Amino acid sequence: MIGFIAKRFINYAILSAIATLSAYVLASLILNPASRYLGRNPRPSDETINAILDGLGVNPNTPVIERLWAWIVNLVTHGSLGDTIHNTSVISEMTVRAGTSLRLLILGTIIAALIGVFLGVWGAVRQYKLSDQVISYGSFTVLAMPSFVIGILLMILATSLNNVLGIQLINFTGEYTAGLEGGWWVHFWDRAAHLLLPTISLALMGAAGYSRYQRSAMLDVLSADYIRTARSKGRTRGSALVRHGVRVALIPMSTYFAYSFATVLAGAAVTELVFSWHGMGEMLVQAIQQSDINAFTGAILFNAILILIAGTLADVVYAALDPRVRV
Amino acid sequence: MSMLEEVSIPDVTAANPDIIRSKKPVSRFKLVLSRLRSTPRFWVGIVGLGAIILWSIFGLIPNAWNYTDLDVYNMGSSPSALHWFGTSDIGEDIYAQTIVGLRKSLIIGLLVGPLAAIIAGIIGAVAGYLGGWWDRVLVWIIDLLLVLPSLFLFILIGSAFKGLSWVALIFLLAGFGWMIMARVIRAQTKSLRERDFIKAARFMGVDTWTIIRRHVLPNVSSLLIIDATLGIGGAILSETTLSFFGFGIQAPDVSLGTLLSAGQTAAATRPWLFIFPAAILVFTVLSASLVGDALRDAVDPTSGVNRD
Amino acid sequence: MLTSATTTPHQPTSHLLEVRDLHVTFPQPGGAVTAVRGVNYHVDKGEFLGIVGESGSGKSVSSLAVMGLLPSSAKISGDILFEGKSLMGRSDKELSKLRGEGISIIFQDPLSALTPVYTIGTQIAEALQLHDSKLSKLAANSRAVELLKIVGIPNPERRAQAFPHEFSGGMRQRAMIAIAIANNPRLIIADEPTTALDVTIQAQILEVLQKAKDLTGAAVVLITHDLGVVAGNADRLAVMYAGRIVETGTVDQVFRAPSMPYTIGLLRSMPNLATAGHTRLVPLEGRPPQLSNLAPGCPFAPRCPAVIDACRTTEPPLTMINNEPLNASACLRVGQIASGELSRSTLYPVPEPVAAAQRAEVPPEHVMAVSELKRHFPLSKGSIFKHTIGTVRAVDGVSFQIRAGQTLGLVGESGCGKSTTIMEVLELAKPQAGQVVINGRDVASLSAKERRALRKDIQVVFQDPMASLDPRLPVQDIVGEPLTVHGVPAKERLKKVADVLELVGLDPSMASRYPHEFSGGQRQRIGIARALVTDPKIVVLDEPVSALDVSIQAGVINLLQDLQEKLGLSYLFVAHDLAVVRQIADDVAVMYLGRIVESGPTENIFDNPQHPYTRALLSAVPVPDPAIERSRTRIILDGDLPSPTEDITGCNFRTRCPLFRLMDEAAQQKCRTSDPQNRSVNGSDVACHHAEHIDLMTPA
Repeated sequence: MIGFIAKRFINYAILSAIATLSAYVLASLILNPASRYLGRNPRPSDETINAILDGLGVNPNTPVIERLWAWIVNLVTHGSLGDTIHNTSVISEMTVRAGTSLRLLILGTIIAALIGVFLGVWGAVRQYKLSDQVISYGSFTVLAMPSFVIGILLMILATSLNNVLGIQLINFTGEYTAGLEGGWWVHFWDRAAHLLLPTISLALMGAAGYSRYQRSAMLDVLSADYIRTARSKGRTRGSALVRHGVRVALIPMSTYFAYSFATVLAGAAVTELVFSWHGMGEMLVQAIQQSDINAFTGAILFNAILILIAGTLADVVYAALDPRVRV
Repeated sequence: MSMLEEVSIPDVTAANPDIIRSKKPVSRFKLVLSRLRSTPRFWVGIVGLGAIILWSIFGLIPNAWNYTDLDVYNMGSSPSALHWFGTSDIGEDIYAQTIVGLRKSLIIGLLVGPLAAIIAGIIGAVAGYLGGWWDRVLVWIIDLLLVLPSLFLFILIGSAFKGLSWVALIFLLAGFGWMIMARVIRAQTKSLRERDFIKAARFMGVDTWTIIRRHVLPNVSSLLIIDATLGIGGAILSETTLSFFGFGIQAPDVSLGTLLSAGQTAAATRPWLFIFPAAILVFTVLSASLVGDALRDAVDPTSGVNRD
Repeated sequence: MLTSATTTPHQPTSHLLEVRDLHVTFPQPGGAVTAVRGVNYHVDKGEFLGIVGESGSGKSVSSLAVMGLLPSSAKISGDILFEGKSLMGRSDKELSKLRGEGISIIFQDPLSALTPVYTIGTQIAEALQLHDSKLSKLAANSRAVELLKIVGIPNPERRAQAFPHEFSGGMRQRAMIAIAIANNPRLIIADEPTTALDVTIQAQILEVLQKAKDLTGAAVVLITHDLGVVAGNADRLAVMYAGRIVETGTVDQVFRAPSMPYTIGLLRSMPNLATAGHTRLVPLEGRPPQLSNLAPGCPFAPRCPAVIDACRTTEPPLTMINNEPLNASACLRVGQIASGELSRSTLYPVPEPVAAAQRAEVPPEHVMAVSELKRHFPLSKGSIFKHTIGTVRAVDGVSFQIRAGQTLGLVGESGCGKSTTIMEVLELAKPQAGQVVINGRDVASLSAKERRALRKDIQVVFQDPMASLDPRLPVQDIVGEPLTVHGVPAKERLKKVADVLELVGLDPSMASRYPHEFSGGQRQRIGIARALVTDPKIVVLDEPVSALDVSIQAGVINLLQDLQEKLGLSYLFVAHDLAVVRQIADDVAVMYLGRIVESGPTENIFDNPQHPYTRALLSAVPVPDPAIERSRTRIILDGDLPSPTEDITGCNFRTRCPLFRLMDEAAQQKCRTSDPQNRSVNGSDVACHHAEHIDLMTPA
């Protein structure tokens, strides 16, 4: 089992590394950091621009392969991801933002998984009954919305709710109220209130996807022979489904979790942007807009590491759930 | 399992009374069709999709405004008899804009879905059938593309494509939308390869490419059709998200994404700018995915059978 | 009605289980399917009832109805009484108290019937604790180990910790029996318990089932399609056809004097190990009716040779025969059959063999010679760094020859390497070791072009007629495909396709249809037509009839025999069903763990086997004749087939060999140390050191 996990971990690690490196190469080929300075007034001299770009290690006149090598050497020897175009280190930028993103991601994913699994099992067991239809149409509708539409719709709802109540019950811009006075308890509540809508937004999307997948996994299990065996031993249908069915139907979910995580990351990035959070998603989009190669690669590395962790975690869960892969 | 085999019905004929009268067993195609017909979800989806397509074609005719017209006397007006979906700040008719945007989104969806399915079919079948190094390399590429959050790649590459037309966007979306399906096709092909009719063809001396073309691809075609249908919605969503961030469709072209992007700031104060295009978008994608999901249920004989 | 002879309806019953006028209907989109149409039977305490029927006869559905395990969409009417109390209309909760405690069931496929994520011990303990809430977990576990010991699982303490996927098919079925008998039920229903298993394992399982029955005193209902299995085990028999019981009686009554034409036909169409090869099989033409759209009258009428006009309008009730209360048959002409007015033996005409004038001349030569063929697969382990930990010796030095116009039967249980052997031959590529010579040419020396040309001469027919035909192609393209490889023009192809379809007994006008429009037997004929379209010399038949219903098998076997004689074909016939092999083969080779342990002329092998494995294999095959079954003693092999990775020194059969155990120490030492070479004993080629002492195995 440890061998299995180790193998999967190494596989993910190599994939993540290659993903990061190819992101660096792609960004270097596509983005032109010099353009940022060309439009300035007065226009800096070519020498100045070259010096700045060389300092950042992103001068388009240096061959990509050399820049990549320098970037790797810098990473391995100094543990540094280079500097952003604003001359701050990418790492420090990331540490500031990572917490913001992780808070949203971890909460949203856990809530989505719990709700999704529950709704999926429920829908499968009550197949074609009213509750199943409601869950199905509901999740199809959510899946038919881009994440920013969900976010904005939630904002519209919250605004009208606030208007009706006449108080600012739900805050949704930014991750905290700037200049708030009070102890840590007040700050905690403030942050929690700001967290509400983005988390709902992310959890909704995730839960809709998980519930569809869990439903079909559970439907496969419903017709399995071992459910019939469990009933023939003297279990009622409901108890056989819970004790033997759900346990087996969870196995394919772990694989689905690993593959859907990239989508979750993208959804989280969009959600951050919609709710004006200063997280990794914003860093990524800004990096592209400002042609900041180092910041972009850093953001991609962050995502790759998350996928590495999520993928390995999914495999651990898989091995824990399914004795057939434990060797 | 054994019980349904025991009842000698699932044999196709049971599904449709017409067919029993003709006394001839039905083909799989007819069976799928008859299963589809009895799925309400399919009707909801196909009627919705049909209505949306018809509306996008003929919807502009009864409207007094073209999408480029500016009504300077009614800037930022709410929905009225004159402007059914209201107007924007500079007096554009939202109804006309929505229809034109919908057209572009539909074209992108209808082209990207099938295109991605074709890529998925070819790569999946080759990897699954040939096995060995071909398989290892292709699976690795698929995994790599799956690990990269494709939205970010879109944004990155999309920024390079800014000068290009929306046609380039179609290839970009198709180029990153085939991986999951290719894995499914590969798995299916691997099991097909062990089926006796493929073995039989091999032992007859039929060459590899003929086997893939004559036996493998037709036998995974139902999956590809489903994928193409589900891909329509996915492509429209990706396009919308990209355009929302300004990396997709560029002015003067209009798509649902650019409309939503323009309407988002006013979403709370002048909701018609946002709600109408959003509702149309959700309706379109929902219809397409309902059709795709109903197709999947109809094609997979074991799906939708709850035997308690 | 079956039970009306002993009880009148709606009267309390003294039977353990009584089923009265049971109907089961499944609603389908295109109209309801009635799978069970008025079934009546009863089982007494400690009785062994066999229910026999082909697929689609409703035999499993009726027993699931008894357990209350049918889908909720099924509509059930009639009455089911267990110990005098009706089970109809009881809630799932009430029934679940009875299931496992009063009635338990053993399902067909033990792999899918056990939950993959719990250990075997847990699953047995679960059955115990469900019906005894006071039982502690520890006590339940130790009782589970005890049960595993009862059903003959070696090392039960350790094996209880294993998961289902770590068990072999036979062991899983033993575990299923352990679950079934855990609470000492009064009735055990066994639904095709041995269908997925090899004959020697089947013999083990049937023995365990008898033991379980004796131990618990439970009554047993054994549901099967195999008349041989019930002949030796059951007291009474019920034969089902199209959702009804068409004949019932004691085993002797039904086998000695069957009085429903269906039963008569079924018994005559089965190859019988004891008699096969001497007479031609009598096919039962046609196929069972579709239950969704049943015509009025007797459902067997379209296939019945004794049909009269009345059969097509009225469905005959089950009527008592000769005033024997337990013997009844559902045929309008039962009186005539019982009295002998309608002779049972001439009811079905025996098909004529191919006339001598039509027989092809064959030169006396070898068309295929395989010598010392080997196929080893490396077995690797390790997740990160793969390393080879052993070799799977799938085929380990196999030699055989086939003469022109003759059939070699290659038999053995699953895992013996017979499939790998034919796949190696069919690849027509240089084998890992050894030599394959076809038509006098060593395949290792062929160029790609010559190899393609040689493929004309050797064709294959697969086991599953559904899987071997591409569902997306019309029959003419399927049958004509081998010709496309050899560049035959389209017009000529169609002509040839029509010819071979005619040859295998199909209407050439059906060539434009798709495979799903044909029945199982017809599909196998299409598969045979495809194999014949290139005018081959050799046809490799990989279990060609084992996926077909018994009543269909006979027609296909006869067809194969006729074609061989008309066209002078040579067959390599691979099968696990020894009766079928005896029927068709001229020579037989018996495989065990990648080796041929015995080979020789069919008569020699079947009448006077010289290898202990052959002898055990033959004794495990059930014969559809209760008198023979009762008188024979079975040699039950211990345990499962060892894994082909295991390195067994000396003779690889010694771990299970019944003869080995009877030998003295010196002789056993020889088995342990030296690998027996094939040698000729009494006309057979045998790989056993002690073949001369084989008669020690049969107690005098």
